[in-house]
Amino acid sequence: MQRIGVFVCHCGSNIAATVDVSKVAEMALMEPGVVHAEDYQYMCSEAGQAKIADAIHEKKLTGIVVCSCSPRMHEATFRKAAERAGLNPYMVEIANIREHCSWIHKDMEEATKKAVILMRAAVAKVNLNTPLQPGESRVTKRALIIGGGIAGIQTALDIADAGYEVDIVEKTPSIGGRMSQLDKTFPTLDCSACILTPKMVEASAHEKIKIYTYSEVENVSGFVGDFTVDIRKKARSVDMDKCTGCGVCQEKCPSKKAPSEFNRGLNNRSAIYTPFAQAIPNVPVIDREACIKFKTGKCGICSKVCQAGAIDYEQKDEIITEKYGAIVVATGFDTINLDKYDEYAYSQSKDVITSLELERVMNAAGPTHGHLERLSDGKAPKEMVFIQCVGSRCSDDRGKPYCSKICCMYTAKHAMLIRDKYPDVNVTVFYIDVRTPGKNFDEFYRRAVEQYGVNYIKGQVGKVIPQPNGKLLVQGSDLLDNRQILKEADMVVLATAIEPNPDVRKIATMLTASIDTNNFLTEAHAKLRPVESPTAGIFLSGVCQGPKDIPETVAQAGAAAVKAIGLLAKDKLMTNPCTAHSDELLCNGCSTCENVCPYGAITYEDKEVNDHGIREVRRLAVVNSALCQGCGACTVACPSGAMDLQGFSNRQIIAEVDAICR
Amino acid sequence: MQELINRAKEMLDDGTVARVLGWKAGDLPYNPEPAYFEDAESLKDFVYNGFCGANLSKYMIEASKLEGKTLVFLKPCDTYSFNQLIKEHRVDREKAYIIGVGCKGKLDIEKIRAQGIKGIESIEGAEITDDADTLKVQTIYGEKSCAYADAMLERCHVCKGKEHKIYDEQIGESKETKDGERFDEVARIEAMAPAEKFAFFQKELSKCIRCNACRNVCPACSCRKCVFDSNKFDSAQKANVDSFEEKMFHIIRAFHVAGRCTDCGECSRVCPQGIPLHLFNRKFIKDIDELYGEYQAGDDTESKAPLTNYTFEDAEPSIVGKRG
Amino acid sequence: MSIENKSFRPKIVAFCCNWCSYAGADLAGSSRLSYPADVKIIRVPCSCRVNPMFILRAFEKGADGVIMCGCHPGDCHYSTGNFYARRRMTLLFSMLDYIGVENGRTRVEWVSAAEGVKFSDTMNSFVEKIYSLGENVRLGDLRCRN
Repeated sequence: MQRIGVFVCHCGSNIAATVDVSKVAEMALMEPGVVHAEDYQYMCSEAGQAKIADAIHEKKLTGIVVCSCSPRMHEATFRKAAERAGLNPYMVEIANIREHCSWIHKDMEEATKKAVILMRAAVAKVNLNTPLQPGESRVTKRALIIGGGIAGIQTALDIADAGYEVDIVEKTPSIGGRMSQLDKTFPTLDCSACILTPKMVEASAHEKIKIYTYSEVENVSGFVGDFTVDIRKKARSVDMDKCTGCGVCQEKCPSKKAPSEFNRGLNNRSAIYTPFAQAIPNVPVIDREACIKFKTGKCGICSKVCQAGAIDYEQKDEIITEKYGAIVVATGFDTINLDKYDEYAYSQSKDVITSLELERVMNAAGPTHGHLERLSDGKAPKEMVFIQCVGSRCSDDRGKPYCSKICCMYTAKHAMLIRDKYPDVNVTVFYIDVRTPGKNFDEFYRRAVEQYGVNYIKGQVGKVIPQPNGKLLVQGSDLLDNRQILKEADMVVLATAIEPNPDVRKIATMLTASIDTNNFLTEAHAKLRPVESPTAGIFLSGVCQGPKDIPETVAQAGAAAVKAIGLLAKDKLMTNPCTAHSDELLCNGCSTCENVCPYGAITYEDKEVNDHGIREVRRLAVVNSALCQGCGACTVACPSGAMDLQGFSNRQIIAEVDAICR
Repeated sequence: MQELINRAKEMLDDGTVARVLGWKAGDLPYNPEPAYFEDAESLKDFVYNGFCGANLSKYMIEASKLEGKTLVFLKPCDTYSFNQLIKEHRVDREKAYIIGVGCKGKLDIEKIRAQGIKGIESIEGAEITDDADTLKVQTIYGEKSCAYADAMLERCHVCKGKEHKIYDEQIGESKETKDGERFDEVARIEAMAPAEKFAFFQKELSKCIRCNACRNVCPACSCRKCVFDSNKFDSAQKANVDSFEEKMFHIIRAFHVAGRCTDCGECSRVCPQGIPLHLFNRKFIKDIDELYGEYQAGDDTESKAPLTNYTFEDAEPSIVGKRG
Repeated sequence: MSIENKSFRPKIVAFCCNWCSYAGADLAGSSRLSYPADVKIIRVPCSCRVNPMFILRAFEKGADGVIMCGCHPGDCHYSTGNFYARRRMTLLFSMLDYIGVENGRTRVEWVSAAEGVKFSDTMNSFVEKIYSLGENVRLGDLRCRN
């Protein structure tokens, strides 16, 4: 039998004004196992906690019930107090008589009655509590970053600077990500490459950072502190150690018809290529789909011209298996597919482009060498129309329900840059709302309007119609003047919605990290834990978590790094002891529980058991308590009741039910 | 029947199997029971006729632990149970040699008695090979007859089909027996007013003597230890004094086998009180089919069971009230 | 709501998941959104922890209504728990309906941590329903033996 102490909190008058607290304490003494009961003004105060400690010592208490505010508020406080007094913290239960009682009831008699019942339920539960010990697991002091864009690079640098090893896995041949494709960045108009390249170099030179480019995460097992990850290093067909990055192979490559991914398909690249001049590593890859040698067996020019002898047609994919303590997802974004937005004539006219394509057009290393020109005929445009919210804030299933957040600012940037460099070009922006919260953001937008004379029209564009003369007829409306607008434009730029990188779903599944309906990774708490995934040991950096611009991405990348460092700094992890456990003698080994476990925490082992004298080998469920998060799905799925949850056992919950229905 | 015995002898003789799991004649013409046969000699007691309703799948749980293979005879409907047990890792496929036996519907002695036929001495026409549609029953009061179909178990009237879902070889022809709809009875109850439903079930369940025959025979009730026999859910610890299990036994049992029950009908067949227990299981099956798509437990050994599966668009529990 | 028949005070058990609904109940409390004291909440980690046996047990011990609240589908803290809970409860409620227990005595509502108002509204309407149904005699009475 337990020796239970019941402590009833007044919470000033928050509880005591509606609940007869001394009556609750008095009634508690009549409950089985209760040997001590008292009420006090503020149980959570130091004096209140001291009362609990004193009673534990004096009355040799084995269990505690605190009738107070929500356990979500002070359960941890009281458990720690009990632990300091030598009691197992899991012998403490809370009866919530504030949020669930005093604050919602007015009648004192009724509220007191209810408080007594809630107290009884908690006492009934504590009577069945058992001391629980958190488990321990080790921490591998290395982090994995999935994605080598600015988010991944920044997180890697911050973790590496703190002294921990970091590996970056990047799918494409170079790190740099979306930011490397941008021309200038708002609101200060620095050249994107000028601020990104030093970081790329720093990451590649950092002694703690290892970069796997042209590589993908293939499999993840394990759990927080102890992940095992298989990384597929795709065959580059170029020996990274021998290549000097001279670039001759790319020049001489006769196959130059593959669309350049880096330039968004606006021009072509060779079959052996580095995506851009500042690529890191500066080692090309052979696109085997485009390479004549791989397609026909003839050619081999690159191999002949390579003085370093780095070309290796025989190279194969390689699987590297590595251990990590923390994993940061930084998979970034892409623009949405515009197939469903045929009204903007994107597929019909080369002069209708996305904003990201415009970045490449305006960039000196881009398909037009930085000259603003129509992609259809190379002519300089005189009239440019920008259409905002293409696929963002969309109420039907063609687009995305969310605001892509960056478009208002980059459109102001584009408009400003064009007006600055080509003052004779008229720029019109059709918008629903202009959203520019952020430091120096609104000022930036106003400069575009006031100083650069960009013509902002509040209204949507219904249709873009390519004209026989090569121009584009834009049909829109001006909501402020309430009139229809017909405008002939030379180029139309679509502020295309961004969406999480499509690969993220596969990665989230491997990590058992949850993902929302828009494919953004879910944070552990929308406000208070924004850079952690609900899955322990998985952190979120950049746009994979939600739309954000570069400064926000970098800030979040740093925050994710700090959370990862906080984990890596520990030698051992204490695991939540409220996990599922299977009773070996009751387990059928039927695999039902395994099917509902969201964490892959249940496996099966053939084990010898001694069932009342019968020794036999049985297939039994085994819960990995480091993986189990204690949801309890398995406990209900289990037909024999072998699976039970510590801290919320079947008998504990039934005892609560019985106490309430008594 | 002789063909089955011959084949069993052959396999025992050549050592392919260590034992045979089949049915042996009981003390009365209509109560054969499941039995192991370890040698050719013992097979003289082997029977297979219309009264061999017993589903032998569940016996394979224990047989899977024995040395060597077991030859087991499974009727078409029994094979669903066997598949389900494979899925739940309760039987070892490698330890079983399955002969799928033909079936022309199984007989219910209570149905014969209900026709006023008492004092039964022998019954002709129950052999699987008999073509006649009529049973000839010798009684102490003289010869009586009864249409085969009128003597069949309820489950055979709504037969799931005569296809063996798993087997190593097949012996004997089957005959279609289905002449009713499986969910008609459930639908009839669903249409009742709450008070009427309650009166119906209370009347049926109050006959229960908690003999556990349904639980013991059920191939889905294959737990090493039943929740009703463990103290996992109750602090009272003594099942027989706990009114909870008294009152809720059949609902809880039905829920525990929901999505796993193949609707083999053994629970109703063995109930000494004649409670139509299959009406609980079949209600779950009907709901699962309607809400989550057709699902037949034991159809295969791989598919996800309805209660360990979900879709985002699943019906809300409030649908129960809305269906009316 | 008005409680006219003071002689009948129902026993109502509410299972709430720790992450959404229990927090929603806390928010109802801190927002002082009242609902009848007949409702007593049991905290479970997730709606998928609620065994149908708990619900049957409550009815057998004299509960007049049982309600289960969890995170909205898709928002489960454990990502999939409420999906399983939804199927289990649908089938259980359908079975109870089938044996003649009034359907209104059982309910599932998805209440997020931000929905204090919904929590209070839900409890008010559920309690009102139970008052209209009166005392639950059937499940306490569904005996196997006379």
